[in-house]
Amino acid sequence: MKMMNILIGENISAEVLDGFATGSVTVQAITLVAIVIGAIFVNNVVLSQFLGICPFLGVSSKVETSLGMGMAVTFVMALSAVVTWCLQNYVLVPLGIEYMQTIAFILVIAALVQMVEIVLKKVSPALYQALGIFLPLITTNCAVLGLAILMIQKDFDLLTGVIYQVSTALGFALALVIFAGIRERLEVEDVPMALRGVPIALITAGLLAMAFMGFANVVPLP
Amino acid sequence: MSKLQIITKGIIKENPTFSLVLGMCPTIGVTSSAINGMGMGVATMAVLIMSNMAIAMIKNVVPDKVRIPAFIVVIASFVTIIEMLMQAYVPALYASLGVFIPLIVVNCIILGRAEAFASKNSVWDSALDGVGIGLGFTLSLTVIGAVREVLGSGAIFGYTFAEGVMPLLFILAPGGFLVLGYLMVMFNKIAKR
Repeated sequence: MKMMNILIGENISAEVLDGFATGSVTVQAITLVAIVIGAIFVNNVVLSQFLGICPFLGVSSKVETSLGMGMAVTFVMALSAVVTWCLQNYVLVPLGIEYMQTIAFILVIAALVQMVEIVLKKVSPALYQALGIFLPLITTNCAVLGLAILMIQKDFDLLTGVIYQVSTALGFALALVIFAGIRERLEVEDVPMALRGVPIALITAGLLAMAFMGFANVVPLP
Repeated sequence: MSKLQIITKGIIKENPTFSLVLGMCPTIGVTSSAINGMGMGVATMAVLIMSNMAIAMIKNVVPDKVRIPAFIVVIASFVTIIEMLMQAYVPALYASLGVFIPLIVVNCIILGRAEAFASKNSVWDSALDGVGIGLGFTLSLTVIGAVREVLGSGAIFGYTFAEGVMPLLFILAPGGFLVLGYLMVMFNKIAKR
């Protein structure tokens, strides 16, 4: 974002402007790529921002269900990015009631999830079959509300916000699927009694988080 | 169940973190130090007590079909109040807990207690249940925070005793998962014997 700010800053000399005039689109694209890679790998929503851990621990014991959950979250987060962004900038800010953000966002997200469920059932039964059972779980997925709030805090425009949320959701799906793969293997292992269930899952997640730390500083963070 | 039992059951038997495994996001997200863990625990406890009481008061008025949305609005209102109070009186803690304060709304412990306890019991009992579960949550978060602070930054409650020799890993993301995992193993060994 800093690069963009420099580009559109007022006190930029004419030569610099000329030099970058053709490249400005490229610079924006590079910023977006940085956001995408940052959200999927560097700041992975589960493994480094600690959002959405409940479905991460609860759902991810099979690769297939993890994929379904990941798709459902991506779908809902893309929609919620648009809705919450508009709500913030066209309703809450003009009325001067930003402090109502938490209440407004959670209600809108809950309503949105319900609506998606009803619409999917009518319009695309096949997709509903695939995603349906995961939708009610998403309301309590703190990643959706958390990311909506973070998106507003980071002051993204609508397009950047949607891309940010979709790539974060893809990061969630990635972590979920990798984790499910590991847990499928764990099921056939002889785990000590006290470690079975959640503890071994948490320790596995810790090791996975360590692996993801390797991505730190791959891209300059937006 | 006696009044005292309602409070004490939240600490070991129905400990929200180690026994029920609820509210994992703030549990791992904010416990990089004992103070942060305690602050989060107390904030959640305050919301839990107030929302439990409010829900016990309105339980007979709210139609069954819209009870979950109604509960969420009640909880979200109290979270907003707590958020504003923290911003005004403990700005440093407010800044370090960050996005996890508004996220108290989606903490499954609170909606879980509303649904499982407050919607069936009296106002006074619900308040006590909030105190018990809240204490259990605060205690767990403080312990996790303290362990991570000692292992990761060689300090306890902000008092440094071994600067720069401890592995930083424990206050970073992986440490949160690992410490919680191993503490849960210990809890299972001791409490569930």
